Amino acid sequence: MPPSKSAPLIIGLGNEYRRDDAVGLVVARRLKEAAPEHVCVLEETGEGAALMESWKDADAVILIDAVRSGAKPGTLHRLDAHTQPIPTGFFHYSTHAFGAAEAIELARALGQLPPHLIVYGIEGKTFEAGLGLSPEIEKAAQEVVERVLGDLHTGSILQAFWPVL
Amino acid sequence: MKSRTIKVDYLARVEGEGALYVKIRDNTVTDVKFKIWEPPRFFEAFLRGRNHSEAPDITARICGICPIAYQVAAAHAMESAFGVTVDRQVRALRRLIYCGEWIESHALHVFLLHAPDFLGYDDGIQMAKDHPEVVQKGLQLKKVGNGLMALLGGREVHPINICVGGLYRAPTKRELAPFIDKLKWGRDAALEAVRWTATLPFPDFEQDYEFVALRHPDEYAITEGRLVSNKGLDIALSEYDDHFVEEHVPYTNALHSTLKERGAYLVGPLARYNVNFDKLSPLAQQAARDAGLGPVCLNPFKSIIVRSVEILYAYDEALRIIDGYEMPERPAVEVQPRAATAYGCTEAPRGSLYHRYRVDDQGVILDAKIVAPTSQNQKSVESDLWQFVPKYIDLPSEKLSWQCEQVIRNYDPCISCATHFLKLHIDRE
Repeated sequence: MPPSKSAPLIIGLGNEYRRDDAVGLVVARRLKEAAPEHVCVLEETGEGAALMESWKDADAVILIDAVRSGAKPGTLHRLDAHTQPIPTGFFHYSTHAFGAAEAIELARALGQLPPHLIVYGIEGKTFEAGLGLSPEIEKAAQEVVERVLGDLHTGSILQAFWPVL
Repeated sequence: MKSRTIKVDYLARVEGEGALYVKIRDNTVTDVKFKIWEPPRFFEAFLRGRNHSEAPDITARICGICPIAYQVAAAHAMESAFGVTVDRQVRALRRLIYCGEWIESHALHVFLLHAPDFLGYDDGIQMAKDHPEVVQKGLQLKKVGNGLMALLGGREVHPINICVGGLYRAPTKRELAPFIDKLKWGRDAALEAVRWTATLPFPDFEQDYEFVALRHPDEYAITEGRLVSNKGLDIALSEYDDHFVEEHVPYTNALHSTLKERGAYLVGPLARYNVNFDKLSPLAQQAARDAGLGPVCLNPFKSIIVRSVEILYAYDEALRIIDGYEMPERPAVEVQPRAATAYGCTEAPRGSLYHRYRVDDQGVILDAKIVAPTSQNQKSVESDLWQFVPKYIDLPSEKLSWQCEQVIRNYDPCISCATHFLKLHIDRE
């Protein structure tokens, strides 16, 4: 079901079978349990067109994905897509020619960015084939869950859009 | 001695990871290497010991862009080995979901990956700032393809509905009905796309390719046929190994495939177009002619027009299929395995995809061979560069490097499929 206007949308991105790349999916699954009922939580692979489609009617979106920027594994990056561009290659380990970073920048170019878009990037350690998060990333995953719940409950910039929370 | 190197370590706007290296000495090209460095993936080995029924879903994982190509090729291989014929409507549904895959894959390449090359943009995002309506239309065209995949495949990414013997579930006529208006919109939009791509600036560059594609007596071949070329090849799938050979080349993780008798050949939209122009729908043929293409097109840069013609064809064909659809009584027929060698080949968005399996009397896979389109095109990519670079050798290195990348993107290479693969390096002094 497409997210209704003004319902907060949380999207976890990743590949289940590429170790720490799964962290966005793991966070999304935990938020499905923990977030207030009207919050819509989606899991996506990171294919750009599907991503643009998934957020097209949403006013406020929180996107969670593993990143590889050279920072210490487990480092949490929190970006407001409206105040800064997403660095190319930020979300790679994706082999998609048109992935999440491209989707955000293309949406910006087309004037289709959701009014609020917060990106949580979790610095991954290993993106090799296989299951299970590295311990540092597991710890960061839990921290993101709590911060997103905080975004939903407290006075983050999103609050203005979700006065009912 | 004057020499220079064109080196691109990470080729942009292609699926997966690969590189290009071109060496120029005294204004002569002395080396061209198209390198696929994504690690080998060992799918053929994974398949040994698995049940024949698992082949479609295991092989589909080779590619997130063309899973249907793998599923249908694997299913057809097993079905033909076991003497199974699927229901006419089931066959049509496989062709319909395949049209969805062509649309999805081609629309992304034409509008977001390839068009920026012709208009001088670094990427689709930069292009979208000046041509938002074009990019928007491309995304909408793609979306309808995704929708077909989701409806018929169960989901957009890694669909799961194709099995040996047919489909797990056939849609009702009522489920297909909402697509008719979207497909009619898409057919009009694709027609405009053909006209628009024809206005792009094309380098004057033609090659005497051997085009290889499936050919079928009754249709523009997608899911079955004989392998036919413009230079006399006309074989059944079971004769594949007599005519094609794969060889390991040290600098790439993808095997190079050649025709034993004549060497390099080309698969993909341009090959299909040249081999099967007469089988395109009248609408697609007319659109191609109006765009200035004859039945033969030897300019690889014009593959962007040909891809648009194929998007148009896929929309046209999808409408035809839905129009004639009646829900089959059963979505799948029962399959009795027997010891056999199984051959399957389908036209993936990027070209012919060949599967061969040896299966025992219990239906267990003894060995498997999979030849993906991009690995077959590697030699043609290199051959294009050998011819292209000397013509444009006076360009500044940066510009030449860009043009070399464009030569590669003409092929819409899918590196992930090919490894069993992009960076660019022009070495010039």
